[in-house]
Amino acid sequence: MELLAFGDTGWGDELFRATLMTIAVSITAMIIGFLFALIFTPLKLSKNKFLNFIANSYTTIIRGVPELLVIYLFFFGGTGAVMFVASIFGYNEYIEINAFITGAFAIGIISGAYSTEVFRGAIQSINKGQFEAANVLGLNKFGKFFKIILPQTLRLAIPNLSNVWQITLKDTSLISVTGLVEIMRQSYIAAGSTRDPLFFYSFAAVLYLLLTFVSMKLINKLEVKYSRGY
Amino acid sequence: MDLELMINSFPKLLNAAVITLKLLSVSLIIGLLIGLFFAILRLNKNIFINRFAYGYSYVFRGTPLLVQIFIIYFGLGQIEYLRSTVLWVILKEPYWCAIIAFALNTGAYTSEILRSAFQTINPGIIEAGKSLGISNKVIFYKIQIPIAIRQSLPAYGNEIILMMKGTSLASTVTIMDLTGVAKYIISTTFKPIEVFIVAGGIYLFMTFIIHNVIKFLEKKYSFN
Repeated sequence: MELLAFGDTGWGDELFRATLMTIAVSITAMIIGFLFALIFTPLKLSKNKFLNFIANSYTTIIRGVPELLVIYLFFFGGTGAVMFVASIFGYNEYIEINAFITGAFAIGIISGAYSTEVFRGAIQSINKGQFEAANVLGLNKFGKFFKIILPQTLRLAIPNLSNVWQITLKDTSLISVTGLVEIMRQSYIAAGSTRDPLFFYSFAAVLYLLLTFVSMKLINKLEVKYSRGY
Repeated sequence: MDLELMINSFPKLLNAAVITLKLLSVSLIIGLLIGLFFAILRLNKNIFINRFAYGYSYVFRGTPLLVQIFIIYFGLGQIEYLRSTVLWVILKEPYWCAIIAFALNTGAYTSEILRSAFQTINPGIIEAGKSLGISNKVIFYKIQIPIAIRQSLPAYGNEIILMMKGTSLASTVTIMDLTGVAKYIISTTFKPIEVFIVAGGIYLFMTFIIHNVIKFLEKKYSFN
């Protein structure tokens, strides 16, 4: 237990901060994923073959390639890409991108592919009559989307989005390879300096279980809220 | 774009893909047996056995695969007693540690897939078997299992693809699988995009093959 003490003698405070880091990366990645889903879901549902092809390539490639490979691509390629863009604007100094941003972006693109599929499925399973009814009521495009379609989509999407959240949360452990100090990285450091890997990795597992457990409880509440009237 | 690098790294990556496939197939076979075992435990009426099986799948589905590999590879070696047993021959090899972690992980997911497949079997079918005077054992092997396999094929296909992506984590414990070799080439040449295209292409090709095999099996085992 003294291994987990707060302060200089134990690893309690470090692991606590690392847990907050994991939560922060997961939430950021999830939000980035939603932004991607916001772009790609309409493309998937579009009648234009070319737009369809772009969106399908995105979800197929990301869901068919290991997460770790995507992270390596961003880790080794991110700096180069940003510097290339910067050089177009005439800036040629070395730019270092922060591990948090690289990691959140890599995981965000992955979680975006899953979210896109979830939203596509949810929108497609909304009864056609709902769209027609909204038209008949004379709602404009915004009203139709925000008042009629979105609330129903959320109700159908939340159970699947909670799976996406779980996947995202667990995927953040892979960012440890880039050196961002989240739960996995901190356990690695602690295990290395105390020579007690069994304890620290098991404790990391407990922390992840705790995070999934608590987030499931919160999501269940959300689910109840959005299925009012059903 | 460095086409030469892409062409040169292709055979190396293809060789590494064989290791990925080996890891995948061995862990899937062991994982399927583990999954079947725990699915049967889940259907048991004894609350302790039931809870135990549920706890197993909860823990392995709720923690990242990376943690599981690290506990088995780095953690178990720390137990002095284990080092003196025969098990150490297996546990000191990163290859087998990775396979144990993958098998336990996929076993947890497989047990959930099979459990729900068993539970959705129409009870009338089992009753029909009983009324024909077939023994419980034969009902289980000849009726329940074939139906459960058919029911669980789509979900199990997804699990195979997820597991194939999961094998990439073997590279974190020094195994030179497809991702391991890809990372090595990236870090020596600093050409991430080219290597990503080749390695990702090989992964996508494997996903494509698995997807189509499962689709074929689904068709073959469907009722109509």
